[in-house]
Formats: sequence, C-alpha cells, structure tokens
Amino acid sequence: MASFTLRINGERRTVTVDGDTPLLYVLRNDLELNGPKFGCGLAQCGACSVLIDGKDVRACVTPVSIAAKGSITTIEGLGTVQKLHPLQRAFIEEQACQCGFCGGGMVMAAKALLDRNPSPTNQDVRQALNGHLCRCASHNRIVRAVQRAAKEMRS
Amino acid sequence: MSASRRDFVKMTGALVVGFALAPTLALAQDRPRLPGSLNTNRRLDAWLVIEPNGKVTIFTGKIELGQGIGTALSQIAADELDVALERIDVVHGDTARTPNEGMTAGSLSVEQSGTALRFACAEARAVLVSAAATKLGVPATELKVTDGTVTASAGAGVTYWDLAATADLKREASAKATPKPASERTWVGKSVARRDIPKKFTGGAAYVQDIRLPGMVFGRVVRPPSPGARLTAVDEAGVRRMPGVVAVVRDGSFLAVAAVREEQAIRAREALKQSARWTETASLPPSGDALYRHLMSAPAAAETVAEKASATAATPVKTLDALYTRPYQAHASIGPSCAVAQWKDGALTVWTHSQGVFPLRAELAKALAATDAKQIRCIHAEGAGCYGHNGADDVALDAALVARATGGKPVKLQWMRDDEFAWEPYGSAMVMKLAGGLDAQGNVVTWSHELWSHPHSTRPGASEGVNLLAARYLAKPLDPGLPADVPQPAGGSDRNAIPLYEFGNVKVVKHYVAKAPLRTSALRTLGGYANVFALESFVDELAAAAGADPVEFRLRHTTDPRARAVIEAAARRAGWRPGARGDGARGRGFAFARYKNLACYCATVADVDVDRKTGQVRLTRVIAAVDAGQIVNPDGVVNQIEGGIIQSASWTLKESVRFDRTRVTTRSWAEYPILRFDEVPEVEVVLLDRPTERFLGVGEGSQGPAAAAIANAIAQATGKRLRALPFTPERVKQALGVVSVVHGGER
Repeated sequence: MASFTLRINGERRTVTVDGDTPLLYVLRNDLELNGPKFGCGLAQCGACSVLIDGKDVRACVTPVSIAAKGSITTIEGLGTVQKLHPLQRAFIEEQACQCGFCGGGMVMAAKALLDRNPSPTNQDVRQALNGHLCRCASHNRIVRAVQRAAKEMRS
Repeated sequence: MSASRRDFVKMTGALVVGFALAPTLALAQDRPRLPGSLNTNRRLDAWLVIEPNGKVTIFTGKIELGQGIGTALSQIAADELDVALERIDVVHGDTARTPNEGMTAGSLSVEQSGTALRFACAEARAVLVSAAATKLGVPATELKVTDGTVTASAGAGVTYWDLAATADLKREASAKATPKPASERTWVGKSVARRDIPKKFTGGAAYVQDIRLPGMVFGRVVRPPSPGARLTAVDEAGVRRMPGVVAVVRDGSFLAVAAVREEQAIRAREALKQSARWTETASLPPSGDALYRHLMSAPAAAETVAEKASATAATPVKTLDALYTRPYQAHASIGPSCAVAQWKDGALTVWTHSQGVFPLRAELAKALAATDAKQIRCIHAEGAGCYGHNGADDVALDAALVARATGGKPVKLQWMRDDEFAWEPYGSAMVMKLAGGLDAQGNVVTWSHELWSHPHSTRPGASEGVNLLAARYLAKPLDPGLPADVPQPAGGSDRNAIPLYEFGNVKVVKHYVAKAPLRTSALRTLGGYANVFALESFVDELAAAAGADPVEFRLRHTTDPRARAVIEAAARRAGWRPGARGDGARGRGFAFARYKNLACYCATVADVDVDRKTGQVRLTRVIAAVDAGQIVNPDGVVNQIEGGIIQSASWTLKESVRFDRTRVTTRSWAEYPILRFDEVPEVEVVLLDRPTERFLGVGEGSQGPAAAAIANAIAQATGKRLRALPFTPERVKQALGVVSVVHGGER
C-alpha cells in the first residue's frame, strides 16, 4: 500500500491503498462519493465516469496512481441540491432518467462535451454519449437535458 | 357470526347452504371487500401517520424502481388529505413498517397501492375533520381544510398536527369516505417532478449500492462456470491469507468471499475462481433454430387458454399460418444486483432492491432453514432499474450467507457484470404459431394462436420450492420447484395471446414447459411482448392477404371504443396514409394492444429505414397513443411509455442471450449489445386522459406494440416478413436474399 494525495472536487484528500486499485473503489468507499457507480468494471457502460483534467474517463479501470496525477471531478464537485450546476438542473427539469443509475456518468460526459463544445448539435450530443449505456431508455430526455444546460450556460 | 347476520341467514335459506359449504365465503362476507390493497391491509394507520411536526408519512408495500411510484402515490395522498405535496414522506417496502402488497409488478402499483391510499387518506381526512368538529364545536359540514389546517367559516381553526394525538387512525378502514371527484383534485393529473430524482443527480445516497454501515465489509460470489457445474476442490486456505480477506464461505458448490476493502474482495474472488475445480455437465439447450424445435418438443401438455366459436362466422376462403420466435433475453440492468446483510443475535436484516420484500423474507426463511421469518427484516432500497425479476432476490441470499461468517459485521455484496449476465433469470424463449382464415369479404373468421414457453414468473413465492439461486448449490441443495403459470385473465406465458379483436372462431393453446434448462422469470410484460409481436404481425399478414389497410383492418375487427380511440389517435398523429407502400428501404408499421387485455391501451406507429446492403434497420421515429384511464402524472406516463418503446426496440433489433450446450457465453456488454444513443428513435406519446375512469397501469403497455410495429414497418418497407426475433443485420440480409444462411442462429 502507498499514500496518494488526490486533487478532487477542489480539495486534497489522502488515501492509503495499493497503487493499482481502480479509482472507482477509492471514490466510493474511501471518499464516500456516491456519484460514480459500478456498472461493469470493464469500461463498457460509463456509469463510473468522472473527469480527470476535464476529460471523461472510466474510474472502474483507471488506477488510483494514474488518477492522482490529475485533477478529478465527480458529480458531487459540480453542485449540490441547494446550488445546482446547470447540467444537474437541466437533468432534473427534463426528468431525464427513470432509475438514474447511469445518470451521473451521463452528466459527467456531458460536462466534458460542453466544456469543449458549448453549442453542440443533437448529433454531437448523441455521439459524445454513445459510449454510455442507458437501459431504462431515457436517451431522448438526456439529449434534451444536455441542450437545455448548454443553452443556459451560453447565456 | 353477528346476531343480525344470523337473522339475515334465517330469512334466506339459500345462504345457509352457502355458509355451511363454504366457511371461507362466510369469512369474506364478514369483512367486506375494500378497494385496492386496502382489502389485504385493512388498518388506516398501516397506510398513513399524521406526524405532530407537520408532516404526513405514507406507507406503501410498492417499491420505487425509477418508475416514479413514490411521487404518484404522494400526489394521490396529498389530494385526499388536502395537504401540500411537500408534507408527504413516503416509506416503501419494509417488512417491519409497511403494508404487505406482495410484488411491485404487473404495472399494478397505482391500481393497488394508489387506490388503497386514496381511500385510506379520504377516510383519514374524515376522521381528522370530525375530531376538529368536536374540538371547535362546529358541525363537520361547516369545516374546510387548507394544507392540513381545518377552519370554520367563523375563522376558528385547528391543524392536523394538533389533532394527531387525538384523531384515532388506529382502526379498520371502512372505505366509506368518498374520494374527491376529478374536478376537485389539485395534484393528481399534474406532471409533478419526481421526488427521487434530485439526489440521483447530485451524488446523494439513492441506491442500495450507496449504503454504508459501521464496520461493513465487502462480499463477492464465485458462481460456477455453468448451471450444471459442481465444485470439487478449491484453495480456501490460500485465499484466506490474502490481504483484507475476512471470510471465505463454502457450502457445497456455493462459494463466496468477504474482505475489508472492495478491491480486495474482487481480487480474492479472482483467486478463488482460479483455484476452483468444477465438474460441468452439458445441461443447456441448442442454439439457433434448433432451440425452438427443442422447446416445441419438450413434454408439455397442450392447454386450451381460450376458445370461442361463432355461429355466424363464414367458412374461410383463404387461410394463412406463420411461426414466430423470441430468444432468451436479459434484463441487463446497468447496475449489477446488490444487497447489504447483517446478522445480530440470530436476527437478520437485509437491505434489498427486491420487488417484494415480504415474499423475499419468506423465501429467505426457507433457504436459511434454521431461521424464523419473524427474525428477518427486509428493507427496500432502490437498485438500478430491474425491468422484472433479475438477480435482486438472489443476491440477498448470497449476502445473508456471507454475513453469517463475518461475526456480526454487515456485508455489502454486489454481483460483478458476468454474474449478472450469466445468472439472472432470463425472459423465456418462446414460439408462437399463428393461423387464421379470411372470408370472401376479407374478414377474419378463424384465428388460432398456439405457443410454447418456459415460466415467466419464478419469483420468491411462485412455487413450493426455493428459487433463490444459491439455495440450489448448497451442500443440502433446495429445489427451486416447478412454478405454475400465471393464470388468466392476466396470464403469464399466454399474456396477451387472446386477441381483443372480433375474429369469429378463436382458439388459443399453450404448451407451458415448467422445467427450464436456463433460469427464466419475469421480464417486463412476461409473455406479452412476444405474443403481441406475433399476434400483431399476423394481423398485418392477414390484412395484406385481404388487400386491406392495416389500420382499417384493425378498426374493422374492433368494437371496444377505447381501443378504437387509441388506434385512431395514433394513426391521426402519424398522418397515416391508407394503402401507403414502402419504397424498398423506408417503411411504416402499425400495432396495437391492451396490456394484459386489462391495463392500458396502446397503439404505435413505427418508421424504419432498412439498409439493404448491410441489413441494418434504423428505427427513426415511433408515435404512440395511450389510454391509461385516469392519469396521475402525465410526464411519468410519457416516461414509461417512451422508455418501454425504446427498450422494446432494443430487444427487437438486437438482443439475445448466447450460450453453448454447457455455458452461458453472454458475459458482458460486448456479447449483449443494446440500443445506443445514435440508434434511438424519436418518440412522441399522445395521451388520452380519462379522468373519470380508474387507473390503468402503463409500465408494460408499449413493449409489445413497439415490437410488432417495427416488424410491420420492415415488412412494409421491404416486402419481407421477419418472424424471428431479434432483427439483426444477418437476419435482415437473409430475408432480403442478400446472403444465404442455412441456420438462422442467434447472433
């Protein structure tokens, strides 16, 4: 085991774990963050997505030793129920989920998209989220939510 | 029997006989039937509590699974009580706290729990108003209620919260208080934002996976490599020495581990997997077309489900028949099944995303033979969407078995992705053989629907046995038993196999093969998806044979005005052009069903674009018209219908579980692709609100019609009829004659 200081959601948090521990378990169990979810452990579904230096990565296959080199953002770092980020507000206003298990990953992928392209077409949104699976089939609502947030963030 | 009842019986001789022969009938008559689940949970305080702090807690046996039931129920309660929606707290499925309403299944939650709460809250309001009348010295009829404050016209008032201590809800419900008419409701009928959503997008603790208890350790199971496998050897001692390992549990062929850290449990699972030796047997059926021959040759008596002879129907001048198939399909939840279990002084507490905490408790008691059900408490916590009976119940037993070995420490046990794909109970493979005859005018005069299927409900309580996965691998294995089919009128394997159309002579026959080589259970709609796919495809085949337009043909055979209304509404919104033909690539299809022949009415129009070279079917747009009776939350209904359509499109175009004769080979999303963002159609839902009608469930209303509309659209586009699900590019190319494939094969 070794110590790693993570820059996460604007804080510094130190954990003592094996360097090859997937970031996901550190986030969920050591830092008690609920946003990133275990969905497959194979980087296939996107439920565990977080941002590292603004890029959408799969926490389930990213070793903590690598993650420690960048700045990590989870959905908890975007906003709170009292002070929502435009993406969170848009997903809530569009009621863009049923079970919501994939939702945190969707929001993070959408954040990465809007940071690099503030005016995406619907096709851009679909393309950016295509590697994220949703089983309840809230896809169209999710696309609408991303566009609603994009509009708010532009104004 | 009361004196008055005795007198009554004396006067009516016939009833004396009835009572003497049927004591249960006498009991039923002593206790009048109450609406919805109030009938089986008859105390008012079982459904709601007025809290002195200005809140109202409602209790429901139905659980939240992302369908928004908690929100819908709070709307109903707020309306009947005359309180603000924000005052309502909802407690779902807890064997220690809520009514027992069995399973959350069958699109019945608003019908059963909503109806019960509506009557319970209306009665509670009457009790509270009566208590207020006494306190204020004003007749109850002169009082009005605004957000829980009861006031007289003179201005004096008292609140529910002040009355909480004196107004007695500890009584049996009578259902005599009349719920409000539609015109007086404030919340029901509005698209109220779902109460479960904000925490889901802000990192709140929303799921069983998010539960953290003091001292909690992490569990994982090591499932056999195949259903017929038995464990012969494993290096338990070596794994016990691995970092963080708290316990290795082996009981017969059940193998599991618990560790301090989650990644340690996963590593220990891997090590156990590497060292375990199993004997395997080839217990699985063949794949491809042979699967269906295998199913049709299984020993199962033909059982007539429905038979109707018409004295007036003419003799057919033209007959048609066709065979449709549906493969094994997976629930494929995004989050693998998970449970938290803790033993304390011989009592077990399980946090579970099971769809029925009470049936699970009874099943756990059977599986943990030494344990009395009273010693078990099951508490619902949301999981990822389940779409029916997935691994939720199984993982609860896994966690309970592991937690017996952790010295009182709670265990959170989550399945890995391959556990979920290989071991969840699938939606059964099915064969539907349709035959029909047309008279000289092109009307259907004979109709036959024969089907072959394994069980569609092997949920806890569905048989005398124990259908929790681990139980059958214990040193003293417990047999899962043979569940009976879900009976009509809802039906299981034969759900929606009886046509709603006026078809003259009708016969529906099922071959229910109770013993299944692969575990099967409830996947959204049970047999409804495949039966509607077959029935509504065959209606189009007959319409084509009659040279009729599919919509006109359906209307011609439909008398139910509500069915006609959704068919017409969908056609109108889509701009349906009678007699339109596809252009070889683009086409449009129509389908209709009333789910279970009892719940919501749904008609769909699907537009497809078929790439003749690649065989790729692109579903571009689906329009649905729905009559769900009285609508509690319109946006909730749209969400369910839209989700159902897209999920069904995924089943229909892509999904089938793969296996060889020994092992399930679907282990990850790579082997089980589902519809992605770039493949999802536009969906438009038209709601036909009927505020004076009763609630009709919608969660499973659109899947069958969506599948058949896609099939009909492909047929309209290409002139080729696809009858084997799913419509993969290979199948489409085969149908179009682009490639020749000898065996269809599940791909």
